[in-house]
Amino acid sequence: MRYAMAVDTKKCVGCSDCVVACQTENNVPIGYCRDWIVEVVDGTYPQLELELRSERCNHCDNAPCVRCCPTGASHILEGGFVMVTPEKCIGCGACITSCPYDARYPHPDGYVDKCTFCMHRVKKGQLPACVATCPTKCMYFGDLDDPASDVSLVLKTRKHKTLIPEAGTKPQLYFLI
Amino acid sequence: MASRRQFLKTTALGLGGLTIGFSAFAYITDFSGLKEATGGLKINLTRTPTYCEICFWKCAGWVYKREDGSIWKITGNDEDQHSNGRFCPRGTGGVGIYNDSDRLKTPLIRTGERGEHKFREASWEEALDLIAEKMKSIASSYGPESVALMNHGSGGKYFGDLLKAYGSTNIAAPSYAQCRGPREVAFINTFGEAIESPERTDIRDTKCLVLIGSHIGENMHNGQVQEMSDAIDKGAAIITVDPRFSVAASKSKFWLPIKPATDLALLLSWINVLTTENWIDKDYVEKNTYGYDLLKVHVSTMTPEWAYGITGIQPEIIRKTAKEMFNASPSVIIHPGRHVTWYGDDTQRLRAVAILNALLGSWGRRGGFYNPSTSVLPSYPHPPFPTPKTTWRDAFPGQFHLADESVSSKICDATIPAELRDFSFKAWLVYGTNLIMTFPDQAKTIEAIKHLDLMVAIDTMPMEITSWADVVLPECTYLERYDSIRVSPHRKPSIALRMPAFEPKDNTKSAYWMARELASRLGLIEFFPFEKLEDYLDWQLRQMGSSLEEMQKIGVKTFEREADDLYFTPGEQHEFSTPTGKIELYSTAFADEGFDPVPVYTPHPEPPSGFYRLNYGRAPMHTFSRTSNNPNLNDLMDENTLWVNPKVAKEWGLTNNQPVWLQNQDGKKSNFSIKVRVTERIRWDSVYMVHGFGHATKQLSRTYGKGISDTELITNVMTDPIMGGTGMRGNFVTFLTEKPEEALS
Repeated sequence: MRYAMAVDTKKCVGCSDCVVACQTENNVPIGYCRDWIVEVVDGTYPQLELELRSERCNHCDNAPCVRCCPTGASHILEGGFVMVTPEKCIGCGACITSCPYDARYPHPDGYVDKCTFCMHRVKKGQLPACVATCPTKCMYFGDLDDPASDVSLVLKTRKHKTLIPEAGTKPQLYFLI
Repeated sequence: MASRRQFLKTTALGLGGLTIGFSAFAYITDFSGLKEATGGLKINLTRTPTYCEICFWKCAGWVYKREDGSIWKITGNDEDQHSNGRFCPRGTGGVGIYNDSDRLKTPLIRTGERGEHKFREASWEEALDLIAEKMKSIASSYGPESVALMNHGSGGKYFGDLLKAYGSTNIAAPSYAQCRGPREVAFINTFGEAIESPERTDIRDTKCLVLIGSHIGENMHNGQVQEMSDAIDKGAAIITVDPRFSVAASKSKFWLPIKPATDLALLLSWINVLTTENWIDKDYVEKNTYGYDLLKVHVSTMTPEWAYGITGIQPEIIRKTAKEMFNASPSVIIHPGRHVTWYGDDTQRLRAVAILNALLGSWGRRGGFYNPSTSVLPSYPHPPFPTPKTTWRDAFPGQFHLADESVSSKICDATIPAELRDFSFKAWLVYGTNLIMTFPDQAKTIEAIKHLDLMVAIDTMPMEITSWADVVLPECTYLERYDSIRVSPHRKPSIALRMPAFEPKDNTKSAYWMARELASRLGLIEFFPFEKLEDYLDWQLRQMGSSLEEMQKIGVKTFEREADDLYFTPGEQHEFSTPTGKIELYSTAFADEGFDPVPVYTPHPEPPSGFYRLNYGRAPMHTFSRTSNNPNLNDLMDENTLWVNPKVAKEWGLTNNQPVWLQNQDGKKSNFSIKVRVTERIRWDSVYMVHGFGHATKQLSRTYGKGISDTELITNVMTDPIMGGTGMRGNFVTFLTEKPEEALS
């Protein structure tokens, strides 16, 4: 089992619904976020291109945040969920520095927090909150080991990329381009 | 570690399916990661149905409440056609309107000068008594017709009923004359029907979507955004006409970076191409339209070459995009837009849009415009409303006959006494609309308010408009009240319930309660026979074969259409509600009123040297000026920025994030500064900002002084002679890099 997410940049409008849905679902304090929008503009008026991306933890196969964690708070669960156990986290911030995607933030309660792929929902057969609410349905989530899953199907048929592949983290957040 | 436990607890709440009437308790047993942490915690979770009030789309959804009574989240109702179970950021962030500590908390009575925001707290008895006494004296001195209601939002209906019972039909919403009015008048006078809300555009099945300055995706009209995404999936061609590289433009097959204010020339040249090349739905046009030959002759000189000189769009692109539309027809939508009060000839521009759709046969066709269906709510019998002696129209003899709704800005004009008019408004009830940041020409709005004998503002938040009121009535939010059953038009008729998830906070009340209490004081209680709104809703729902109890469980109920008439049947000769019974390419009503029966392009003023056209629009996480203080939505976007082309930035030496103040063509300076955003996404002759920021009300603690309000710089208003709309895009601004003396801090 290997959970992954794909975001269709051709459909994303950058509305931030994924951000606020995550904040309310996961009780992320106002002023912090586990996912965010990136806008990339390329070209000169009027020859322009715009890419909008909903970004979050890449739940890497080769996760530097897990490797560098001194207490074992950062760990990988079955299915590839990169998780943090708040009780074990001492808030040292090594994982924050090690993450090439800047996906982690220091929670005001003293531990490091990040996207969980909404594991609590996924275990119930639900989609992550961001995927479930997205008005453009630009996000696909599922098990890469299941060839019939939404994410497998869309990655089979669409051109895609990952971010900073050269970091060698084997990220599991794909962008359809 | 109480707060960490709280975090884990709420994370574990994602069980869903727990509704009132179901088991109220869930036990976390199968969640290995958190089982130990929750310590076998029992969780009491309730969800109640609502429909959203953060914008006019009114998506139906569910409000989730934690066991401690606090709000957890709001999500969409899967059965709802408006949201399809997916809320937009504003709806999801609706939790913030409930939690906002800056909310109005108790009735207020003015103690200082109007606009000073000096009030004392009052009881409901005192506030309502004062309003009722004043309304009685105004009725006896000037007649009840001199009271107007300006409203936006669900609760406005009850104040509307109150006003009609009292004897006035001067009930206006800025959503007409400051927004969508021109398109409704244009489509009524072409197809005999308005577009309405939600729009009847069949975007999900279209093959070609043409957007004229409409920035779907940045305007987060949920159903339309969803369907545009569906259309992208299906390979529809999008053509976007916009001087700004909007999000929609970035998703388009063709982006036409038009010179601002020249859209009508482009539209006419498209009509020229379609009629010259015979790229029209011949059978449809022959059977259903009136005035084709007159139209063809009219546009014969308006070639793509003619339009090129005006719009800057290459003739070959004009032809290519016209062909694209024809190839897709009738599954093509030249979108009528929503906020279309731009240059004062807006009804004519939207007429050209309607004509294009008619030529391509898209009205009444799959992938074009469908025929919406609406549930009919039974109303409980009450005495007939009195017939008013005058209406706002009497203040403007011979004008605006074709306006199909009241024109809010004209009621504002008619509040300022004039020698040639024997009638002026004496009181405004303002429900849920921040007129100061809605009406252009703020000085005029303020002058009008100063002439009022009574000004009442009903709102959930302190706003610029509430600071001008004599009495402020604090409404509870949509999460704390019942409201009317939602019966908006859609592909299938449906009903949706809003019920309170929480008790009203502080000393706030629902609009229904307020209106009924005023009715009681004015001797009009027979118009409000139900003491509690929910009893009325139950009565209505039972007439429709449902009940309040059922709707509390399901939230939304969708019915089948009575007839299979979502689209015209092939070859059908339809009877249209126009004077000729046909789709009027040539408008007989416009001709009768002395307006151009087919649209004519007239040039609009261009920015003087050193000035740039002020364009404005929407951000997906905000609605007008009403959400900028919402803690959740403010967290997503807490100020607007000024989009400046790099060439212009270089000329002025402007850099990213540099604060600038603005001054318009009439010398009006902005209250606050705005940060520059240097971007290729904007033309060199215009600047752009998101509407709704630059609040000058200090009671809005999060948003006060953040960014600039476009409205304060819109002093040049180009009135649409056909329906009275306020054209607002003919204002030009220049940069002030030093803080002006009169600026606020």
